[in-house]
Amino acid sequence: MAHFKKEKKGVPAVSTASLPDVIFMLLFFFMVTTVMRETTLKVVVKAPKADQVKKLEKKSLVSFIYIGKPTQSLTRIYGTLPRIQLNDQYAEPEQIREYIAAERARRSEAEQPQMTVSLKVDGDVEMGIVTDVKQELRKASALKINYSTLKGDPLERQQY
Amino acid sequence: MARRQIQEINAGSMADIAFLLLIFFLVTTTMDTDSGIVRRLPPMPDPTRPQDDIPIRERNVFVVLVNRNNQLLVEGELMNIKELREAAKEFIENPNYEENLPAKEPKFFEHFGTLEVTSKHVISLQSDRGTSYKTYIAVQNELAAAYNELRDELAMRKWSKEYKDLNEDYQKAIDDVYPMKISEAEPKNVGG
Repeated sequence: MAHFKKEKKGVPAVSTASLPDVIFMLLFFFMVTTVMRETTLKVVVKAPKADQVKKLEKKSLVSFIYIGKPTQSLTRIYGTLPRIQLNDQYAEPEQIREYIAAERARRSEAEQPQMTVSLKVDGDVEMGIVTDVKQELRKASALKINYSTLKGDPLERQQY
Repeated sequence: MARRQIQEINAGSMADIAFLLLIFFLVTTTMDTDSGIVRRLPPMPDPTRPQDDIPIRERNVFVVLVNRNNQLLVEGELMNIKELREAAKEFIENPNYEENLPAKEPKFFEHFGTLEVTSKHVISLQSDRGTSYKTYIAVQNELAAAYNELRDELAMRKWSKEYKDLNEDYQKAIDDVYPMKISEAEPKNVGG
């Protein structure tokens, strides 16, 4: 009898009752933190630094326009001149109006006045292309804009 | 004899622990929100309607030009960007009632009563097509900083609190005293 008992005294099975909880926890965690990336960036954007920034609220009301040099793998085809990216592809300034119209259509009428266009522009880009974009935005009457920046001192490593 | 049967671990509280962790992450995770300098573009002028040019007196305009070499010309003088903030603050405030700075007019404000402010001032920021975006943002940042510092100073004087710690009503009152008037003018070639 004693022998039998000894045989039976193995390690008890780990309870798996909590496994669902753990899985749910992970699920929730990722659900909350994941920011859906709708676009793959085709331009390099290293935003300039500024310290008088405001946070953009209501992410759903923000549309993005990226301006920068094509990414390294694309420089062969597209060169190194700064490009505008809307959604998933390169665009010309004239296409911005279309883009804004499409972005407007996606939102409800009540939300449309609060729509913001966030310009994610590389710090080394020249203002010419940015000005063109701004003029197009004015034509499209998308007047609320945001110059996307990183937190930091704008004057550092800028000796002129 | 020694009945050493290992007790099964009670898994009932596991869910609680899981929820605790979940809530912890919920609270601590900051979603990467976009931040930046918010501006409002002027609407496109209506071509069908004649432009009624409202004359703005020269003393009320603070002209900031940035050329393609990223140099600043402020009110006709070359300036280092580090001095821009102070210069802009002096322009907006005009503390000594100087003739060449914007005229001060008494105006009524909520919570403050009547204050003398330079209600007609405009900061005009013009850049060249060759100006680097970084410099442009730095200039925008300094101009915004000038306003923010003035607002902070006013908040300190009135309520001994920083602007950001005030409630919305007070913040709005301060915004009315120091409205941000930065005009990003029509594109021009400032030249080199």
